[in-house]
Amino acid sequence: MALPAKLKAEFDELATHYPEKRAALIPALHRVQEELGGWISPDTLEDLATYFGLEPVEVYGVASFYPMFRLTPPGKHVVSVCHNISCELRGATEILEHVCKVTGAKPYGTSADGKFTVWPVECQGACANAPMIDLDGVYHEDLTREKVTQILGGVK
Amino acid sequence: MKTFERYLLNRTTLANSHTLAVYKANGGYAGLEKVLKKPMTPAEVIAEMKASNLRGRGGAGFPCGMKWSFMPDPTKDPRPRYLAVNADESEPGTCKDRVLMEKDPHGLIEGCLIAAYAIRAQAVYIYVRGEYRESYDRLLAAIDEARKAGLIGKRVMDTDFACEIWMHKGAGAYICGEETGLMESLEGKRGHPRPKPPFPAGFGLWGQPTTVNNVETIFNVPFIVQKGGAWFASIGTANSKGNFLVGISGHVNKPGVYELPFGVTAREIVDEVAGGIWKGRKCKAWFPGGSSCALLLGADLDVVLDHDSLKAKGSSLGTAAMVMMDDATSMARVMEIIARFYDHESCGQCSQCREGTQWLAQIFHRIATGHGVPEDVATLESLAKGMAPGKTICALSDAAAIPTLSAVRLFRAELEECITKHKDPLAPSRVEYAGAH
Repeated sequence: MALPAKLKAEFDELATHYPEKRAALIPALHRVQEELGGWISPDTLEDLATYFGLEPVEVYGVASFYPMFRLTPPGKHVVSVCHNISCELRGATEILEHVCKVTGAKPYGTSADGKFTVWPVECQGACANAPMIDLDGVYHEDLTREKVTQILGGVK
Repeated sequence: MKTFERYLLNRTTLANSHTLAVYKANGGYAGLEKVLKKPMTPAEVIAEMKASNLRGRGGAGFPCGMKWSFMPDPTKDPRPRYLAVNADESEPGTCKDRVLMEKDPHGLIEGCLIAAYAIRAQAVYIYVRGEYRESYDRLLAAIDEARKAGLIGKRVMDTDFACEIWMHKGAGAYICGEETGLMESLEGKRGHPRPKPPFPAGFGLWGQPTTVNNVETIFNVPFIVQKGGAWFASIGTANSKGNFLVGISGHVNKPGVYELPFGVTAREIVDEVAGGIWKGRKCKAWFPGGSSCALLLGADLDVVLDHDSLKAKGSSLGTAAMVMMDDATSMARVMEIIARFYDHESCGQCSQCREGTQWLAQIFHRIATGHGVPEDVATLESLAKGMAPGKTICALSDAAAIPTLSAVRLFRAELEECITKHKDPLAPSRVEYAGAH
């Protein structure tokens, strides 16, 4: 395996933003996750280690520290459901239950058809518009069960 | 409530408020122009900031001008130097910086440029939490516009001032909102806070002099430069100056992010701004500034929402993120969530925090689910006292201990009832699932 040339070129440019190349590692982890199937595979970790001149275990150590990085493959779509205090006070539990019902996935699990992964997450900064979900990186706020049905029903 | 003048959120309601054209048409970049063309010296800018007595809006409330003045004299210390903007807004209940970044990104950029000029930084890194995609995209587009307009780069506004601004995306770790954790993360490492000293002004990003400021703090800078430190200091209370953003969430009729002058009471905010507690209920408890502050009671709502008044009540202003809870709220459930959060976010370096947050989370979980044992409340108390104050590298351990101690102090009887009855009488519906770390 090797990193796609397009990503390598991006990382070369990213590295110019910093006095030390390694600073581009977390932005690079985001980009590989976005481009290569929604997760960071062991092969990709090794490729990044080679690119950055680090040991694979160092890259793994960084990737595994940050909740946004996935080290196992998710379903086709990822639904993050905030379960922190402001959302909980306005019905996050009901929203989580409903998301699970609509998608067929359990919390921290993927539906049998591989379409949805449901991920309870800590505060997403949408507190004044609680409850919220993040569907594939896009926030949906001020939710009700009906809105959740509508949003998830529209996903292909 | 007295009438007051808004300035922070005025532009955010305009159509296309995120564009350079709208920003400029509404007074944008006049502060930077004043600094560079008048010109003001960096020392004069810092003096104006000191006169304003602007205190940081990220939680700690440190005086901004004083922080800037800690940067070493460049004639004696010629090392490269940096400004890092803390846009890792993650304190539970806090959602104010996001409004500024999404709706008025040029306001932040102008503030960054003035701050960089004052501390003589040649580069600014805006560390935005990874989940804030809209903030990131808006800022990136605004930086691009500003660069093309000659506002960022080798000759800012055609002067000798050179400054670059770079966006940097975090990846969901709360601890990276701690300034030294942020710097480690920006360097491409795990977000492990560094022991202080050395402080960032002497040893920051890549070991170089660095200042770390919150988004809302920097956003105030162009206004202070334009209208003067004395103008800013004329707003507010003795030790809390200017307007500030309150994010109010939870059980109110109109949750939102609102601009207010220091001096208003919490009750004025709840009743006159946020439409009162919902469902005609009463306020049972509230966090004045995010979940790391001590809980207060409904009876405390007449407190003025500023640094000194909240300190006198045994709590703190934090990020001014008011989380309101009505009288039907289970405090065991609230604390279960708060404790789980700190357990999830502890970086693991210090044993008091790594182990302590885990135990707090487990004990609050069993109390909330009716499995508490008689000594649990005493254990919570002794654990929290072992975790803080100041026993660890950073303040995350304190942030878990403080709300715990307040909950034990204010709601001991309620927690004990959950234990003796083997159930929480106020328990809301719940979904059981194991946590993910």
